[in-house]
Amino acid sequence: MRVTFKVYRYQPEVREDAYFDSFEFDAEPTDRVLDGLNHIKWHLDGTLTLRRSCQHGICGSDALRINGVNRLACKVLIGDVGSKVTIEPLMGFEVIKDLVVDMDRFFGHYRSVMPYFVNDEAPPDRERLQSVEAREAYDDTTKCILCGACTTSCPSAWSNPDFVGPAAIVQAHRFIFDNRDQGSDERLAILAQRDGVWRCRTVFNCTRACPKDIQITKAIGEVKKAIVTDRS
Amino acid sequence: MTRIQEHTFDAIVVGAGGSGLMAAVQLAKQGNLRTAVLSKLYPTRSHTGTAQGGIGAALGNMGEEDHWEWHMFDTVKGSDYLGDQEAIEVMCRESPEVVYELEHMGLPFSRTEDGRIAQRRFGGHTSNFGEAPVRRACYAADRTGHMILQTLYQQSIKHGVQFFDEFQVVDLLIEDGSCRGAVALHIATGELHVFRSKALVLATGGYGQVWEITSNAVTLTGDGMFLVARRGVPLEDMEFYQFHPTGIRRMGILITEGVRGEGGILRNNDGERFMELYAPNLKDLASRDVVSRAIYKEIRAGRGINGERYVHLDATQLGAEVIENKLPEIADFCRTYLGIDPVTEPIPIQPTAHYAMGGIPTDVNGGVVGMQGESVRGLFAIGECACVSVHGANRLGTNSLVDLVVFGRRAGVAMAEYCRGADLEPTSEEPAGPAREELEALLSTAGKSGENAAEIRREMKELMMDNVSVFRTEELLTEAKVKLEELRERAARIAIDDPSRAFNLDLTEAWETRGMVELAQVTTECALNRTESRGAHSREDYPDRDDENWLKHSLAVARDGATEIGYKPVSITRFEPKERVY
Repeated sequence: MRVTFKVYRYQPEVREDAYFDSFEFDAEPTDRVLDGLNHIKWHLDGTLTLRRSCQHGICGSDALRINGVNRLACKVLIGDVGSKVTIEPLMGFEVIKDLVVDMDRFFGHYRSVMPYFVNDEAPPDRERLQSVEAREAYDDTTKCILCGACTTSCPSAWSNPDFVGPAAIVQAHRFIFDNRDQGSDERLAILAQRDGVWRCRTVFNCTRACPKDIQITKAIGEVKKAIVTDRS
Repeated sequence: MTRIQEHTFDAIVVGAGGSGLMAAVQLAKQGNLRTAVLSKLYPTRSHTGTAQGGIGAALGNMGEEDHWEWHMFDTVKGSDYLGDQEAIEVMCRESPEVVYELEHMGLPFSRTEDGRIAQRRFGGHTSNFGEAPVRRACYAADRTGHMILQTLYQQSIKHGVQFFDEFQVVDLLIEDGSCRGAVALHIATGELHVFRSKALVLATGGYGQVWEITSNAVTLTGDGMFLVARRGVPLEDMEFYQFHPTGIRRMGILITEGVRGEGGILRNNDGERFMELYAPNLKDLASRDVVSRAIYKEIRAGRGINGERYVHLDATQLGAEVIENKLPEIADFCRTYLGIDPVTEPIPIQPTAHYAMGGIPTDVNGGVVGMQGESVRGLFAIGECACVSVHGANRLGTNSLVDLVVFGRRAGVAMAEYCRGADLEPTSEEPAGPAREELEALLSTAGKSGENAAEIRREMKELMMDNVSVFRTEELLTEAKVKLEELRERAARIAIDDPSRAFNLDLTEAWETRGMVELAQVTTECALNRTESRGAHSREDYPDRDDENWLKHSLAVARDGATEIGYKPVSITRFEPKERVY
């Protein structure tokens, strides 16, 4: 099929303003949108700049706005988005170049919620036991690949850069509901602050944006409930 | 690349996948050491995250007996007796305690009914020295690697490891037999930074991008390997490259061996379970080299699906519950990329370039060892870029994750000890000089006419897929050798498009292309040199294993396009080589 990719460009060393470039080429409907972007970079215009690595939806490098919706470019087939595809960088972060945004604030928020296992008791010789049910309680939020698709689709995060955002809450949820972890009081206190979970207005954009189908709004709701009931 | 910033650390980790982060966590735990991790990606983008099926450890959690000695035997046999048994013993002995350590770090393993770490079957893993399949692969659904990577990154943050994200190492400061640091390109700005260190560990992963069909990330370009090779350090056993039997047709995306571990079956166009012919005992769970060759033979015999170059992986008998709960990512891949439901339809698969058994030669603490067995002071290597060698001629499934964490941990401890007894050694006056010259020359080609790096990569990938993959002959390899030399010359004339300094991936990809052609050359030279068939190296003109002449490791040093090959003996402690049948 003949496709037209309209791609957001920002090349600050060459010109000051951002603009759109159009590229027309042949593609298979089963090609990924990322295959189209790679084709442009490798054969039409080597200056096109974007992050990507694993190319199959695991590493989280290539979250982009594709026809206005946050998706991983490697998890969307061209046949599913049509012959005219508009590609833009994630919203709400500073653009460094073309489709590459500055993720520092995103990872800063991630780090702020103690995104690591806490248990200071001496461990047993073998594994700590955990029931299948207890493991299931936080399974969904272990799937997060930190691609940023959720946080950059959230109106609250757009309007308030200090809001920790859905991704950081997902990461906190993964530990708060892990019954082996002992850091939840501190984590919940962090998320109960002004720019924690209460900035979430349950718009559900995050859930729709997640390429791993994590029920993010539900997870945020569970964290809110844990704060209110003072219990995880 | 005008300004050059300088940093000094005790220890530097290059690469932030499973092995690099494991080393970093150990270094951080030692205290009082200044440690930095440099990665050309954000750490969580590293390819460890894509490992699916499990990490092998003889825990015996599934009501079956298991022992590390059995794991060791399977690994030795899987390696076609080329793996160093001293190192394999270390790995299989320590694997259970490292898996427990990961669990203590919070890793969310799937659980058994009694709350223990769940385990599943995997190819080549058996009980009682080859008798029957055993459940040894500890898993977290089918995203075990993702959970290992996330857990180790989390622990790195907890222990205050300092990260330099999107810093690509472009040169190593190796002088007079010791490594004194590295030069890195800060991708965001295009500036070069010099990192001085007492100890440096390379954990840069594999080089699957050399082949057309590969499970490897587009960033897996073998940087660490060609950087040391350029500094005169040999590469070991580069002729042994694993093709995983089950990659998604045409795309190469990995479908975990765990699908077969849970009961999936390979079928040809006639619907036959052809592995019964090639491996009567373990069938679909034979070693990867054996299964990949069987698939190629079926395709050659015209029994590919509709006569084409692929076969089916049939998981329909597993049932919806097993697929959705134990293999959810696989189900997602099939639905996203193939538009099929693995619960009701077979998966079209073909072998995909997956894993380098060879790499930078090291001892069991990750210390890099030169051509004459001499140690390169202050230089370590771990993970896929290294060759300990625990995988020999063919790696067993799950053992790459074991390798990462066992030797990542050992290297972290060894580096800490090394740092305490070592001083910073001086570097030349302009340590960034050669790297700057190389990159500036490449940058100055922007907009000029010259060779296209992507076109060179395309030709190299097709050539390696056709000539240097599952089956090899002198004729195919010689042809590859000639064409690769042409590609190397063309790669010297690459012209890029992007003239800017900040985030110039056009520049870094062109630079990586040159390195990859060099690695393809070393691989081909070593494959041509080894006139026997062993593990993943299958010479149709020399179909038998030849222990008398070839029970030894290759050590290749590249000098100005020519490759010199030397040898070193295999460590054999417990298991004498014998015929390998599954």
